[in-house]
Amino acid sequence: MSNANTRVVVAMSGGVDSSVAAALLVEQGYDVIGMMMRLWSEETVDSGAHNRCCTPEQMSDARRIADSLGIPFYVLDTKDVFRNTVVEYFIEQHRQSFTPNPCMECNRHIRFTWLLNNALALDADYLATGHYARVSKVDNGEVLLKKGLDDSKDQSYVLSVLTQEKLRHAMFPIGEYPKTEVRKLAEKFGLPTASKQDSQDLCWLGDGDYRRFLVDYAPDVMKSGPIVLTNGEVIGEHGGLANYTIGQRKGLGVSYDSPLYVIATNPYRNALIVGTRDLLGQDTLTAKRVTWVSDNAPTEAFNAEVKIRYKAKPVSAWVEPLDDDRIAVKFDEPLRDITPGQGAVLYKGDVVLGGGVIERQKTTAPPSSNISLT
Amino acid sequence: MKTSRSVYLDHSASTPMDERVVEAMMPYLSGIYGNSSSSHRFGRDAEKAIEDARETIANIFNCKPSEIVFTSGGSESDNLAIRGAGWGRRYRNEGNHLITTPVEHSAVGRTVAQMATMMGFEATYLPVDPNGMVDVETLASAFKDETTFASVIYANNEVGSINPIPQLAEIARQYNVLFHTDAVQAAGQLTLDVEVLGVDLMSISGHKFYGPKGVGVLYIREGTPVTPSQTGGSHEYSLRAGTHNTPFIVGMAKALELAYSEKEAHLSHYRALRDKLINGILSGIESAVLTGHPEQRIPSHASFIFEGVDSSTLLMHLDMKGIAASGGSACKTGNPEPSGVLLAMGLTEAEAIGSLRLSVGRQTTESDVDYAVETVTETVNKLYKLKENM
Repeated sequence: MSNANTRVVVAMSGGVDSSVAAALLVEQGYDVIGMMMRLWSEETVDSGAHNRCCTPEQMSDARRIADSLGIPFYVLDTKDVFRNTVVEYFIEQHRQSFTPNPCMECNRHIRFTWLLNNALALDADYLATGHYARVSKVDNGEVLLKKGLDDSKDQSYVLSVLTQEKLRHAMFPIGEYPKTEVRKLAEKFGLPTASKQDSQDLCWLGDGDYRRFLVDYAPDVMKSGPIVLTNGEVIGEHGGLANYTIGQRKGLGVSYDSPLYVIATNPYRNALIVGTRDLLGQDTLTAKRVTWVSDNAPTEAFNAEVKIRYKAKPVSAWVEPLDDDRIAVKFDEPLRDITPGQGAVLYKGDVVLGGGVIERQKTTAPPSSNISLT
Repeated sequence: MKTSRSVYLDHSASTPMDERVVEAMMPYLSGIYGNSSSSHRFGRDAEKAIEDARETIANIFNCKPSEIVFTSGGSESDNLAIRGAGWGRRYRNEGNHLITTPVEHSAVGRTVAQMATMMGFEATYLPVDPNGMVDVETLASAFKDETTFASVIYANNEVGSINPIPQLAEIARQYNVLFHTDAVQAAGQLTLDVEVLGVDLMSISGHKFYGPKGVGVLYIREGTPVTPSQTGGSHEYSLRAGTHNTPFIVGMAKALELAYSEKEAHLSHYRALRDKLINGILSGIESAVLTGHPEQRIPSHASFIFEGVDSSTLLMHLDMKGIAASGGSACKTGNPEPSGVLLAMGLTEAEAIGSLRLSVGRQTTESDVDYAVETVTETVNKLYKLKENM
């Protein structure tokens, strides 16, 4: 199939990355259609808000770029489905004291399900986005998902939820370039966004403050409760578990002989569990809702590199597939910030193998604790 | 590209200029450039063109040339009519109650709304029937001592229904209420004879009848108190300041003249194609409902609802198949609001979101209509399936 007969829908945000992606596809001669999703976002909190998605300005930027590339451009109303999946998921996960990664959920439910279906219905062969990641076909017909060439910008972590049926239709045109090159390409193509900032995650927030968002939209999530030492001693009160992350030291508002860190949370008792630095860190985790990039999911344990956050370094670990789409991971060295709700993404070099959502670990409680963490 | 066919079925939004119109305008785009207000020969040449155009239009309106005011288009004409008559009569202490309908073009609807919310006028919105039409008794029952002005759309832009303007204007006259109609969609297809219609004020816009964009007319019956909404020089009897747009005024007059001298041929062409469209779509799509009056509608206009289909998605699919159409609301922002016109007609939000307007024109062919029927049918049925699977 020649490029001219290959229709590609490109998801455009008005930002540099997706604009360059669109321009590259046009340059390569594809039949390109620009689409922008109008996602749900809070009513403007204040007019100076900088973090909102899908503003009229971004929309007209994207439209201008599409016009200058000579491609059709459409804005799709995605508000309800985004609100009901990604935003609800975010709230519900915090309600259970998990720290979710909404971008992963968005790629799972919105971009590569809802938008992909809309693209396919429009007779498109591919959906392209401005992510820093790469896809490549291998001999057995499967599509590999790989890190973006620019390691510092790599976004394969949030794409790890994609499976073969999605990846077969995925294109990431800028994944082959370093970020500096992408900015140069933007200038070369004369894209008016060349100097603009990247988009933010938690794009629906009016002001970038997710704690304030939870107070407004899910006040039950932000209930105050006890701050408890691992030995059970109550030493203070917290203003809602969602205010804290594992390993956090600052802002606990309690005084103690030695510095205290957030060790875990207990959502059932709404307790924040703190302890000294030596109690931080664990060398195992389990993850659920695991998806594999390949159609042939591994059945035997294997060695891989695992990323436990978007910005974390991949570290070497032993991965054991379990029943019910779960895995167990044993790291060579303990990690300080394994956070329930974040993704555990498995790599072999540049290649993404799959990933899952980190579960709350029973082992995070030292034996001396009289607070059940299950 | 996967499609090369291009079928324009959005003539209610705008029409291509007739070549004879372009030809008539050409001399005024370069050679005859004087300001019509100047007393020298250059000015007189422009002035003559404008006064000839005024006379041409006055003939079609069956009115005096001095009752024709040139504006920048339909929206400005509506604004001048409503603000002008509203303030004009209020200045004379004749009252401040305005009457209109919920199915007006926004140039009328939002102007009345602003005058009511910010300027101390009182507004009444008449109920409409399921076809979006107003009846005489409803209008009669809304008059009060304070009522000075009523505006009812001639032919509805979204659903095509034609209101009984002569009867409505007649009852307004009996109550000493000025009557305005937005005739933007009607112009070129229905009579604009102001003696037949009995209106005091009437708006039209050049680009709906194969003339240029950015130019329009407000008819103002002699003796009607109108306060200018744009002040400045003494152009247009001091009712509308601003140097005349000579080429566009000439073009509009030429277009209107052609539209009415060739009216019967065009209308029978429109009717045949429109009926084919309506029959094809109603028989091909189970959920399809024709909106607006089945007979009393503008000959070029077909409008439907497909409950549960998002019209902006439908328009996107049609655009990719080369078909230019429009939805109830021209929404490019992914923020679809159900059309107020359709809601006022008693439709639900889910119905109103799924509206489609197809309007035929002089260049539309039978094969265009066949292609449109086939494509709309296929696409709507596909979108129902897509929705089921999401």
